[in-house]
Amino acid sequence: MKKPSFHPCGNFRESYAEELAVFDTWFGRVSLLVFLILLFGLAPFILDRYLLYILNNIGIMAIAAIGLNILIGYTGQISLGHGAFFGVGAYAGAILATRLNLPFFVCIPAAGLITAMVGMIFGIPSGRLKGLYLTIATLAGQFIIEYVLIQWESLTKGTMGITLPEPNILGVNIAGDKAFFFLIFACLVAMTWFAVNIMRSKFGRAFVAIRDNDRAAEGMGIPIFRYKLLSFAISSFYAGFAGALWAYYMVSITTEPFNLALSVEFIAMVIIGGMGSMPGAIFGATFITVLNEVLRFATGALMNVGWIAGLGLNMAPLREFVFGLAIVLFILLEPKGLAELWRIVRSSFRLWPFSY
Amino acid sequence: MGEILLQLNNISVVYSNVIQVLKGVSLSVARGHIVSLLGSNGAGKTTTLKAISGLLKPENGEVTDGDIIFNGVNIQNQAPEFITRQGIIQVLEGRQPFKYLTIEENLRVGTATRPGKPYKEDLEMVYHYFPALVKRKKALAGYCSGGELQMLVIGRALMAHPQLLMLDEPSLGLAPLVVQEIFRIIKKINEEHATTIVLVEQNANMALQVAHYGYVMENGKIVMEGTAQELSDNPDVKEFYLGMAASGIAKSYKDVKSYRRRKRWL
Amino acid sequence: MDFFLQLLVNGVCVGLLYGISAMGFVMIFKASSVLNFAHGELLAMGAFFFLSLATWGKIPVAAAFVLTLAGCFLLGFLIEKFFLRPLIGEKLIFVIMLTVGLAAMFKGLILLVWGGNLHTYPEFLPASLELHLGSITIVPVYSATLVISVAFLVLFGLFFKKSSQGIFMRSVADNQKAALSLGVHVRRVFALSWAIAAMVACMSGIVLGIINGVNVHDLSAIGMKVFPVVILGGLDSIGGAIIGGIIIGLLETFTGGYLSPSLRDVVPYIALVFILMVKPYGLFGLVEIERV
Repeated sequence: MKKPSFHPCGNFRESYAEELAVFDTWFGRVSLLVFLILLFGLAPFILDRYLLYILNNIGIMAIAAIGLNILIGYTGQISLGHGAFFGVGAYAGAILATRLNLPFFVCIPAAGLITAMVGMIFGIPSGRLKGLYLTIATLAGQFIIEYVLIQWESLTKGTMGITLPEPNILGVNIAGDKAFFFLIFACLVAMTWFAVNIMRSKFGRAFVAIRDNDRAAEGMGIPIFRYKLLSFAISSFYAGFAGALWAYYMVSITTEPFNLALSVEFIAMVIIGGMGSMPGAIFGATFITVLNEVLRFATGALMNVGWIAGLGLNMAPLREFVFGLAIVLFILLEPKGLAELWRIVRSSFRLWPFSY
Repeated sequence: MGEILLQLNNISVVYSNVIQVLKGVSLSVARGHIVSLLGSNGAGKTTTLKAISGLLKPENGEVTDGDIIFNGVNIQNQAPEFITRQGIIQVLEGRQPFKYLTIEENLRVGTATRPGKPYKEDLEMVYHYFPALVKRKKALAGYCSGGELQMLVIGRALMAHPQLLMLDEPSLGLAPLVVQEIFRIIKKINEEHATTIVLVEQNANMALQVAHYGYVMENGKIVMEGTAQELSDNPDVKEFYLGMAASGIAKSYKDVKSYRRRKRWL
Repeated sequence: MDFFLQLLVNGVCVGLLYGISAMGFVMIFKASSVLNFAHGELLAMGAFFFLSLATWGKIPVAAAFVLTLAGCFLLGFLIEKFFLRPLIGEKLIFVIMLTVGLAAMFKGLILLVWGGNLHTYPEFLPASLELHLGSITIVPVYSATLVISVAFLVLFGLFFKKSSQGIFMRSVADNQKAALSLGVHVRRVFALSWAIAAMVACMSGIVLGIINGVNVHDLSAIGMKVFPVVILGGLDSIGGAIIGGIIIGLLETFTGGYLSPSLRDVVPYIALVFILMVKPYGLFGLVEIERV
């Protein structure tokens, strides 16, 4: 099938195959390829360690955000427990690696599967509950998981934390930011590819049907409970996978980071990036991670400004304030998120100079 | 025709800045009359009512042209809070009760245009018109039948002491006997309170029986008007609304004519 | 036995506090169907306003109290006007995340202005409020809490059941379009319900501050604990909020007393999950009437 090299100005699709196509144009496919080559070929070699560290974090967060986007953006179920699911993945990976001495390429998917099961347990209320009730149920899940992680000391070592061994593939040890960069981004590409294709399948269409009208979906013969659970499972698999990856990258983990604030950050990534958009989840993860870093610098810098230090103000809470403000502004001004902004920018190029 | 209470001059309504639904509608409603607005689905009847009552705005609609004058006041594109306080109350299509409020509380919401004023007498008045509501007054509206709800929403509108009451398809989905009952009460309200009523109906037969005057709408325009008697006697209305003429029997040239006329209606 | 009784009394007292804290939350939900994740921060706002006025501003307690209520009324009004009004009719997740964003903003703001330390109010409750039941003593703050919560319960019950304004509020929550068609001033109702709810929240914040001291982190944690309380009682029932609060309070103190202190904080959420699975609309909530 011949593909057009430019976007048409309207919807001229003639077959289902065209409707389902991942790339509308050759240009899109080629530019993605070029981007990936540049990313893998240049980024790890020209960036310094700190920037690479941020980039790696973005990659991990993007995996989790893509998963959450499947749940929120495509299936329309809200989860406030993804911070905890991320933690379950991290701990599952760490425990499998330290107790059972499993190799790392088994640990990470296994951690994902374990998290998927945990996610399904907290997805069970979705059989009866809708909307805000489900949100509250996942909120409870967040607190319960946090509690279990801290208190089940025989397994998780409680607040002591766990230190992970270096991952090892075919006898090659992966250590340092550069090696991890390749690992994380290879995973990200694979997981994105997987997610994009799920959404093109029967499952993806069922998810979207449930999001848009669950009663109608049920009337059309979609077993909605099963699909909702599946969506929970897939999305927590992503969270767990990302969590385990993060645990390996951080080397040692404690229960502290997997709190409600992390859950909120994940949702913020999905919303700021753009709900129901795969690139959106990656944009969102980038935005939030970079924002966090910038704010850390900014508050640190402000502390050293003479007159502010003189006031005796602690500028650290400014981070929280700006973070909240970013969420609020995006919801009020551009609820479709960065993905929509990106689309507007692209289409204004595409239609130039005769935009309407 | 007596004193004019409501006058629509050549109004156009556009939804979402794109879809033009009304294309220059003019009509006038005399004080104390029942005026019925007939037309098939999508003719623009409900939109006309919403343009009058100000409920277009929440649906992203706007009166782009022409003006609406009620009692000498220009009310086009005003907020519903303002318009209802002028004395216009619209009873929405599909009944729309407050499901979690009891019947009596539903009725009390009707006093929103004059908060703080006594309402006991009005409740009595509504119960007098609709005795069926009395024994259900403590029941949640969500658990009432369609007939009870229609009575409820008309009663709720009466609580506001409207000068102009606009009813959008009060017969929708009701049993024929209940429909008769409702129309009888509508007539009674009109006679006893001198309330002017605009009645949008699919049931043209019933509507023309109670109305003084009627308009027929089609594709966002008024295509015919006249007294209820004139409309009932009109062969087109008879054929396509009242279902009285036997178009099936007609043959040859008449068929063609009938087809043309039918096309205009449906 | 004494231990049991003491736990019982403590549980009821803590529960009443939860109940009071939940009332503002329920009001907002009742009037605008918004799940307010910034509730804990609203509590904190009230507590800190009062702290600034009464302790540092050296204003008489009664005047400071009235000023605080007025300030919170205004705050609620502004929140509605600038943040929630544009979202009327939007998807649930946007509304929820907006309140989450607001929570972060408020928390940041409070930490910036007042810091994260524990502050206390001066003593001002009369000692004569102290109650003795056999061997058990109820300190003045708790009896004051009891009085306040009962008073509010009655007040709001009457307001929503009997007063026109209260019925209008419920009608707006129920069916906005129909309310508009009858001339209910929907925007005013929204603004008013947020203003009143913020006022109630800040009052609860002050009560909590009197008992536990004023600290942002504690107060925002209570904002989260409101969820099990209101789910148990039914999201839209103010009486249910009080009863739900008491049940959660008892559950917490008994778990803390007999099982393990660490389980105490998480037991409300475990209960929450069970309630949601068994009786999703709570003990006193309205069952959703869904007709096709």
